[in-house]
Amino acid sequence: MLPISKRLPLIFFSLILAALTPAYAAKKTAPKQQPKETAQAKLDQLSIAYLAQETQSQPTLPFFDEVIADQGIQGARLGIQDNNTTGRFTRQHFSLRESIVPQDGDVAAAFKALLADGHRHILLNLDAAKILELAAFPESQNVLLYDIASRDDGLRDEACRSNVLHLLPSRAMRADALAQYFAKKRWNKWFLAVGPGDGDKLYAEAIKRAAKRFGSKIVAEKTWQHTFDERRTPESEVPVFTQGIQYDVLIVADESGLFGDYLPYRTWQPRPVAGTQGLVAAAWHRTHEAWGALQLQNRFRDQAGRWMTEEDYGAWLAVRAIGESATRAKSVDFDKVKAFMLGEEFALAGFKGVPLSFRRWNGQLRQPVLLAWSRSLVAVAPVEGFIHPKNELDTLGYDEAESKCRF
Amino acid sequence: MKKQLMSALLLGGMVSGSALGETVYVTLEKDNALAVVDAAQRKLVKTVKIGKRPRGIVLSKDQRQLYVAASDDDTIQIIDTDSLKVVGKLPSGKDPETFAMDPDGRYLYVSNEDDNQVTVIDIAGKKAVKTVPVGVEPEGIAVSPDGKWVVSTSETTNMVHWIDRQSLDIVDNTLVDPRPRACAFSDDSRQLWVTSEIAGTLTVFDVDTRQPVKKIGFKIPGVTQEKIQPVGIRIDKDRRYGYVALGPANRVAVIDAQKLEAVDYFLVGQRVWNLEFSPDQARLYTSNGVSNDISIIDLKQQKVLKSVAVGQYPWGLVVKP
Repeated sequence: MLPISKRLPLIFFSLILAALTPAYAAKKTAPKQQPKETAQAKLDQLSIAYLAQETQSQPTLPFFDEVIADQGIQGARLGIQDNNTTGRFTRQHFSLRESIVPQDGDVAAAFKALLADGHRHILLNLDAAKILELAAFPESQNVLLYDIASRDDGLRDEACRSNVLHLLPSRAMRADALAQYFAKKRWNKWFLAVGPGDGDKLYAEAIKRAAKRFGSKIVAEKTWQHTFDERRTPESEVPVFTQGIQYDVLIVADESGLFGDYLPYRTWQPRPVAGTQGLVAAAWHRTHEAWGALQLQNRFRDQAGRWMTEEDYGAWLAVRAIGESATRAKSVDFDKVKAFMLGEEFALAGFKGVPLSFRRWNGQLRQPVLLAWSRSLVAVAPVEGFIHPKNELDTLGYDEAESKCRF
Repeated sequence: MKKQLMSALLLGGMVSGSALGETVYVTLEKDNALAVVDAAQRKLVKTVKIGKRPRGIVLSKDQRQLYVAASDDDTIQIIDTDSLKVVGKLPSGKDPETFAMDPDGRYLYVSNEDDNQVTVIDIAGKKAVKTVPVGVEPEGIAVSPDGKWVVSTSETTNMVHWIDRQSLDIVDNTLVDPRPRACAFSDDSRQLWVTSEIAGTLTVFDVDTRQPVKKIGFKIPGVTQEKIQPVGIRIDKDRRYGYVALGPANRVAVIDAQKLEAVDYFLVGQRVWNLEFSPDQARLYTSNGVSNDISIIDLKQQKVLKSVAVGQYPWGLVVKP
């Protein structure tokens, strides 16, 4: 990994690049930040917006991991480029309006400004609460909001909104993916270690639901108290924490990365670790190369100078879903694009071997989930043998009959 | 005349009775090597190290050289079929994967996946003479036997780009189902077949109108639809039957090329990618990416004769009489 001093110019460089890209696009077509019809009538113009809020960098980020300040937006930029390569042949042009709100900034105001400028496709890299707030505005009712980052099941279930689409797999989908794999391995006895965060508890709930669905058993559940001081080290804590329990696999629910990485190789008995650390369930992973994925990995790295994160993949998918629908509908008209995207024929190629489409009952993009550890892709769910009357991808997460989402 | 005879030999398969003396050359994507299989003995006879991540492979018209896309070396290597030594290279542009040769053997047309373009290479001059910008991730490429068209399919743009071979300009673009992988012309240049991996379909175009005339789906008992991912195509010289590799369905579909429907399936190795006829078109060879072998299908008996282990990730194959 590059030291910070070398990284800064890199980040700076990509910022310059990023700044140049839309300007270049704008030269050819519409004036900057102008989504509406322009004098250049020959090309159909569509401006997609991206809204995010700066967050505090993760406090637990280990020294060997890169600080990434632009995850999500880089995926959207690549998607725009891909759309425009296609658009050259279909006489459609896509542009991206980037709106990044500072930590203490007003997200709602920035959102309303995007709406006022005529944007009707808006990517959101925000948490579930913020997404709900924005989706509820009266002026949001006739737009599509693309949740490119959240994994929240509530947002896709009781709290769902008909104007929000979810690009990344929910916690339930991820937990189901792990459960299918462990069912196949017959590692049926799970020891669940839960962190102190709210997300950790939600992740643990998803794991418990998955265990029930796929015939595994939670033989023990413990909450990790994160209290290392000078005398308490992972070497001493983890064996004690995992002692006296008979289990096949240790499942960890630690979304902020406080302790999960300390678990492998330190347990009392020799047992594998999975969940938020160890073997993880992911929408995208750097070890993924099949089905042409290597091409997307390469294109992304050429552009961003780093590996594609899940948020980048979510944003790329959202922009591509819009582009693909506009291509097939032969129009950039909002209603036509939306009708195609949510219709039967929509089939998005997401480099995971099968066509992706939106679940009509909750706006979730159905997709395979990758199971990987840091150096190898282990399996892809749905795992072979888990079948479904309509679409095997719907063995992951809340199926139509279980869904409490009512649009 | 001589040239025509050569093409007739290669395409028409006028090779006489002793047909099984042929050699199959297979690129091994993961082994960075070329496997040489003796078809009569149905045996791997040799494996030679070549460039990094070798994929597309084409036999020269005089059958003395192989052109192999060494994707991670960003070049097309020229390999002598007798000595199996790398004797030269061609400037393919970045990350070459698939490419096609002119009917007269002068030019190669290369898909550059990462750069969204097709590179045209003058083989004798060993230089790139033109690049044609196409859609995102160009993959399949074919030249019509009558020399009129170069066709490129782009996997993410989901289009067939019709390039006039004389002017090398795109004259038309046609949308197809998601992730078009391979394309092939019938020998009479009147049809173009395109496979869409994600949609699981084969689209047949009428070349004169450049419009699709039929979309063919596949159904195999006991195989889920998601496993059916059509890739490589071969159409016989009479346009009686066509063959489509179905990827992880581990089958090769037999298409009645007159009625345009799937009539049978051959069970072959895992994740079957690409296909090649024997010169007399009595046999079909398949590269099976996951089971690391090739299958030999007897098309007269309609039976898979044998699979031959060749090495890791067999990708493309050519057959030399």
